[in-house]
Amino acid sequence: MHELGVVFRIIDDLTDLGKENELEKIHSVTIQLGEVSGVVPSLLTDAWKWAADRTELMKDAELIIETLPAVTFCEDCKSEYETVTYGKICPKCGSEHTYLLKGNEFLIKEIAAT
Amino acid sequence: MDNVRVIEVKRSIFESNDKDADKLRGELKESKTFLLNLMSSPGSGKTTTLTRTIEALKDKYRIGVMEADIDSDVDAKTIAATGVKAIQLHTGGMCHLDADMTRQGIKELGVEDVDFAILENVGNLVCPAEFDTGSTKNAMILSVPEGHDKPLKYPLMFSICDVVLINKIDVIPYFDFDMEKCKEYILMRNPKAKIIPICAKTGEGINEWADWLSEQIDAQMK
Repeated sequence: MHELGVVFRIIDDLTDLGKENELEKIHSVTIQLGEVSGVVPSLLTDAWKWAADRTELMKDAELIIETLPAVTFCEDCKSEYETVTYGKICPKCGSEHTYLLKGNEFLIKEIAAT
Repeated sequence: MDNVRVIEVKRSIFESNDKDADKLRGELKESKTFLLNLMSSPGSGKTTTLTRTIEALKDKYRIGVMEADIDSDVDAKTIAATGVKAIQLHTGGMCHLDADMTRQGIKELGVEDVDFAILENVGNLVCPAEFDTGSTKNAMILSVPEGHDKPLKYPLMFSICDVVLINKIDVIPYFDFDMEKCKEYILMRNPKAKIIPICAKTGEGINEWADWLSEQIDAQMK
C-alpha cells in the first residue's frame, strides 16, 4: 500500500551508503521481503523503476526481491506452521493463541556497485 | 563492470525511521511535550473525538494539533474553531506520516507553546501502524459501524496502540456489533491495551478518556 513511500526510504538509505563508500553507480539492490510484510513485490518493482531512474546513482539499477517464508507459532500446542496457508488458526489444534515468528521482514540485503 | 563489488547492507527499511522516531521521543520528553498519535480509518469520528477532547482539556493544558491529510484543510479549520493552535500537514499522496514529517510539524507548532500535541494521522489502519512517528503514546479509534472483527483484520494497528477508543456506541442497537467479542479480539492482539467505549457525539466516555490523557500528560511534564 505504501510501496512508493518505502522506495523513497530505500533510495535515501542507499544515497547515504553511496556517499560513505564513494560509489559511482549502483547496479543492483537485493531486498528481502517477508511473505506477510504487506508489501506487494510487483508494485515495489514499479515504484522502484520510477523513482530510481530519477537518481544519478541508481538509474537502471535492478531490484532483486528475495521472499522470506512466514511462520506462525501456536502457544497452545507449541507447533510452528505456514502462515500464508493457515492464517492465524493453528491447523494442528485449532487454537487462536498464535503469533507470527517471522515473515514481516523488509530488509536491504546487499547491493552491487562500482 | 568487472570491478563491481557487493556490499552487504543488512538493514531494515524501517530502521532509519525507527531511530529517528526514538530520537524525537527523547526530544519531546526533554521539552516536556506530550505527543499523541491518533489513528483510525476514515469516517470513524477522529475530528469529532478530537473536538471533544480539546473541550475537556484546553483549560488545563496548552494544546496544539497537527492534521495530516493527503490534501485539503477541512479538518484543520474545524479544529482551529475550538481555539487551539492547529496546523495542516499535507503528506502529498503518502498514506502515512513518518518521524521526520512529524518533527517538522512539531517545529511549526513550537514545543515551547505546547504541553499536549496531537497528531491526527492519515485515516488508514495499515500504513500508519508501520511507521513510528516518535509519539509518546499511540491511540486509535474504532467505530461501531466498522465491526467488531477489525482487530483480527488489522492486527498490527491494534498491537501498537496504548489505547483503543470504541466510538459511536450510541448506534450499537442498529449494528451487529459485539462489544465483548471486540474487547476480547483487541486484548488477544495486545493484552496491555486500554479500551474505552465512547460516543463523541453525546460526550459519553469522554471523561474517562480525558482522565487517562491527563495522567499521561502530567507524567510527561514532570
